[in-house]
Amino acid sequence: MNHSNHVVSTAITPESIADSSLVATDAVADYALGLGDDALVLAHRLGEWITNAPELEEDVALGNIGLDLLGHARSLLTYAGSAWAKSEDDLAYFRDEREFRSHQLFEQPNGDFAATIARQLIASTYFVGLYRALSSSTDATLAAIAAKAVKEVDYHLDHSVQWLQRLGLGTEYSHQRMQAGFDAMWPYVDELFREDSFAAAAGRAAVDPRTLRAAFDATVPRLVAEAGLEVPAVPPARGGGRSGVHAEAFGPMLAELQVLARAHPGAQW
Amino acid sequence: MDEKVIWDIAATVVDPEVPVLTIEDLGVLRRVTVEGDIVTVDITPTYSGCPAVDAMRDDIVSALSAAGYADVRVRQVLAPAWTTEWMSSEGRAKLEAFGIAPPLPRDAGGVVNVGLGIRCPHCGSLHTRQLSRFGSTSCKALYVCQRCQEPFDYFKAH
Repeated sequence: MNHSNHVVSTAITPESIADSSLVATDAVADYALGLGDDALVLAHRLGEWITNAPELEEDVALGNIGLDLLGHARSLLTYAGSAWAKSEDDLAYFRDEREFRSHQLFEQPNGDFAATIARQLIASTYFVGLYRALSSSTDATLAAIAAKAVKEVDYHLDHSVQWLQRLGLGTEYSHQRMQAGFDAMWPYVDELFREDSFAAAAGRAAVDPRTLRAAFDATVPRLVAEAGLEVPAVPPARGGGRSGVHAEAFGPMLAELQVLARAHPGAQW
Repeated sequence: MDEKVIWDIAATVVDPEVPVLTIEDLGVLRRVTVEGDIVTVDITPTYSGCPAVDAMRDDIVSALSAAGYADVRVRQVLAPAWTTEWMSSEGRAKLEAFGIAPPLPRDAGGVVNVGLGIRCPHCGSLHTRQLSRFGSTSCKALYVCQRCQEPFDYFKAH
């Protein structure tokens, strides 16, 4: 402790978790890893829209939403890594595809803007329910991360709902594309709410995803109907993201996410 | 060492994205404690992904170091979560003078205000319209004034 001006942080952002004595139990770390992967993967997908969105304001909006999710991912991955002496970067950049635990919904290619809005509506509704419940976690760090995140994802949900209505109730063509967006994303809804062995092992520190389904079903179909659209009658995809089985598009996405860190290990910018 | 003196020094650090606001005005500076020679400053990030936090942390250490405090530790606390309710009235006035509309109160149970009553910081008109719910940083949305036609940032109530 003889260094002058050294910075030690002991609470609950990535840097502070990393430098502190806050260490997750193995069970909590395993659970946090899945949540962190979900946030990281969706943040990356949203980042792909920057310079590609239909208007400049949407480059900024989707970029900002992605930035919030990246903040959640950093906190969650850092906390997960505390159990295994790994940093957020170790977990983000140096795990292979099968070691990721992300749900397949978040891995789906962006498709057109309407498909991204469909995915965002589903994702934001899921995150609002998840983080609201997780803010009562018996694990103080998870509870704090969730209590902060819930305010942010609530705002993201508003953004999706506004676009859902504009596109669903807009022209015949925008309506058609919004419906096609839901058709593409809906098979991946079911996986979000399945039994999760990591959540079960973490007990009351975690949220059992099955308990979030009722609130989702009470919200999203109503919003979809209000926008003049239909919940697609499609069978659920097989899923398996939490156990390392991923969407076909995930590998190439991960390669792009990791290539710089792997080509130049330890690089700083 | 006097915690009030240290607080006042830390409170000179400004938000790099909104340089007219100090971290005290923002409600980001939460607590200063002194134990022996060790100074601990607690700050809380505005948004989870806000990149300005790292700069604020470094600036706090520099400011206190220049004042002779050698062992400064900056802790970042997430709970309780930051809210614009913690922004000082001086901060709100400075924001408006700088050309950013200050956040509305969050007294309506967290319901987001959708554009009524955001006053143009340039001409004072209430006849304004939201252009985008997101802006140049996590904490801002983009508005335009219908009277003077000027676009402006609104610091979102959070």
